[in-house]
Amino acid sequence: MSAAVQAKAASRLLLSGNEAIARGVWEAGVKVAAAYPGTPSTEMLENISLYPDLYAEWSVNEKVSLEVAIGASMSGARAFCAMKHVGMNVASDAFMTQTLAGVVGGLVIAVADDVGLSSSQNEQDSRFWGRFAHVPVFEPADSQEAYEMVKAAFDLSEEYNTPVILRLTTRVCHVKAMVTVGEKGDHAVKGFDITQKRWVMTPANAKNMLPKQIAREGELRKAAEVSPLNLVDAGSDKRVGFVTSGPAFMHVRESFPDAPVMKLGFSYPVPVDAIKAFHATVDRLVIVEETEPLVENELKAAGLQDIHGKDILPRLGELTPNVLIPAIYALRGEQAPPTSTYPKYEPFPRPPTMCPACPHMGVYYTLSRLRKRVQISGDIGCYTLGAGHPWNALDTTISMGASMGIALGMDKARSEETKDKAVVAVIGDSTFLHMGMQGLLDVVYNRGNVTALLLDNRTTGMTGGQHHAGTGKDLHGEEAPRIDFAKLVEALGVKAERIHKVDPYRLPVLWKLIRQEIEINEPSVIITDRPCVLSEFYGKLKPLMVVDDKCTGCSNCINVGCPAISVRKTEVIKRDGAPDIVKKFTTIDTAMCTGCDMCVESCGPKAIVPAQPVAVE
Amino acid sequence: MSDIITNILVCGTGGQGVMTAAEILAQTAIAKGCDVKKSEVAGMAQRGGVVTSHVRFGKKVWSPVITPGTADILVAFEVAEGARWADMLRPGGIAMVNTIRLTPPVVSAGLFKYPEDPVATMRAAGVTVYDFDAGAIARGLGDLRLVNTVMLGAIADYLPFPAEDLEEQILGRFRARKPAMVEVNHKAFDLGRKAARERAEGAQKLAANQ
Repeated sequence: MSAAVQAKAASRLLLSGNEAIARGVWEAGVKVAAAYPGTPSTEMLENISLYPDLYAEWSVNEKVSLEVAIGASMSGARAFCAMKHVGMNVASDAFMTQTLAGVVGGLVIAVADDVGLSSSQNEQDSRFWGRFAHVPVFEPADSQEAYEMVKAAFDLSEEYNTPVILRLTTRVCHVKAMVTVGEKGDHAVKGFDITQKRWVMTPANAKNMLPKQIAREGELRKAAEVSPLNLVDAGSDKRVGFVTSGPAFMHVRESFPDAPVMKLGFSYPVPVDAIKAFHATVDRLVIVEETEPLVENELKAAGLQDIHGKDILPRLGELTPNVLIPAIYALRGEQAPPTSTYPKYEPFPRPPTMCPACPHMGVYYTLSRLRKRVQISGDIGCYTLGAGHPWNALDTTISMGASMGIALGMDKARSEETKDKAVVAVIGDSTFLHMGMQGLLDVVYNRGNVTALLLDNRTTGMTGGQHHAGTGKDLHGEEAPRIDFAKLVEALGVKAERIHKVDPYRLPVLWKLIRQEIEINEPSVIITDRPCVLSEFYGKLKPLMVVDDKCTGCSNCINVGCPAISVRKTEVIKRDGAPDIVKKFTTIDTAMCTGCDMCVESCGPKAIVPAQPVAVE
Repeated sequence: MSDIITNILVCGTGGQGVMTAAEILAQTAIAKGCDVKKSEVAGMAQRGGVVTSHVRFGKKVWSPVITPGTADILVAFEVAEGARWADMLRPGGIAMVNTIRLTPPVVSAGLFKYPEDPVATMRAAGVTVYDFDAGAIARGLGDLRLVNTVMLGAIADYLPFPAEDLEEQILGRFRARKPAMVEVNHKAFDLGRKAARERAEGAQKLAANQ
């Protein structure tokens, strides 16, 4: 548990940005907080759930989480919603109209951009949403600012009748830094007022709201011009001055401690006049933003032509000192100081692997055996790792739930070459509930020929194991209604005889079932039902070992892909006029093995047996 | 307090305790009144990937990440990871390396080779490396999880505060949660410190002979 939950006012703590925001949300008197997990945003709600006197939930997706927050705000409660950058794409339908209607209780949406893509399918700059939806954007640079700005964002939200975007990046969410916390304030819930008609966004109502929204944006621009969140540090070395925001500010300060810097905390609407005044005090102005040139382009449009930004800095990734220093020296026409003394050395890679006994391995081992006969549309979660070694059994990953619609599109766009290939969609339980259900409904309705593998491991695995509507528990770990996946997919129109539940550890059964279903020309759903090995629902069994003199070196067990299995010895058999045969004799790390038996099922000579207790000498 | 910032890069693989070691270093620096930033690049670390944690402390820390070529100490929980991150060190920085070799599936499957001698590669590049088998020390004390304390003990004499402050931070954590483990952690810390000192003396002798 985060130490911040029990910390008294004025305590000084080492907190991640996510932990600091949770504290700020609680102090701001928020009554309702909702999110769907997503790196690097997940820990905000996990930490918020530890505080008393507020309601916090895992929602089925980001759009629903925002709608929950909107309903609470309409009812006069302060409401908070957190998501990763791609989550905002999902939530944006609700967002784009809600911003027109405004708020009653303060509404803050924390959007966490994965700058540098530590665990995401793309890199997006969520500051765009401020421009798109005409709402203010706050950009903290570290934990203390994150804590302070989330509180300030609630005040601004209520003052200007607008939701506020708190734009974060991985280097705010996952960096721990010192935070001095404060006291909890209180905000009584007013309750929903049925006499207010502004929530019904018919064209007539929305038309009335549009001018108000534009006027509001003008007022916010004035507020940004004088906001104490936009700071100027005059500096002494006037050769190059910087306008920057978020963690990029920290990198600028680190790289050029004496340079003049204007730091935008209230970064949209852009305080153009204040920046023009700052510009006049420096020789050259460089805009340092992660990742798109938004402020830069707006300044250029406002007539500031002699400024630099993406002409000298990359448009992707983090703008760390090793990126900034050479670019700024080059701008000044100087040779940059040497960086590393020692050469960069790249040994083998360490791609993420599935855990020992991960039930997904059984599915991908089986699909890898059918590789030539299937095309496989995948989805977002741990099972995306099926695209990698040794399975190579996943052909697409685009967005949450996309496996279903993409599979249908593949089915409807067959060529002479692919007409006999089966289309398989692979999706996890949490992802299916998030956005996969609609896609499966579309497959059924449009008579698609798709075999969907629903990998129910009873958790949201990739983000660290969060509960969802299919686990039977809520955000607090309390008992909750649990969806029945077989009934759900039947309700979506899949025929009862085409719905199968299977234990993915039983490889021959799984193999027969997948082979049977891909031969049938209608939608089928195969639900695997082993829990994630890292979840509370997993029961460890007795570890296994390889009997050396029974192992024939066939490598079947290696191809299961379990990290507990490794090659003990390799033998190459030379053959005349034919490729060499490589025999790989294996061993099992008993400390890692949890006895799932998948490798046992793959082993012809039955060389894998329960490990004997080691005799104490 | 001087304006100089101390940069420590802790690296290893998922599940080795990199984050915990970094957290203990950060808390020790806080106890000494420092400003601290600790950055984690875990990504999908839980799945056996590369894990690093940047710990920076001093009077005022700006960037949360260590700039390549400025790390004072590299704490490597695994030897090839030590070689991977050695270019982060400043001239004269120290790589404290646990010699355990953890082979990922892509290596055991024969797609990539594990380097013969990562320490030799580092030394050939001019890096000061103090390498020893922290796992053997931990096992000798009866618990492989003690590697964390052994490695922290190993760097304790290279920090801008007394080794005892770091040790107290570790023992304090156990005193609160697992008092039975205090004594064995004290031993692990001392043995780590001793191992590093022996390696440092060995390196000095080597330099004197050359």
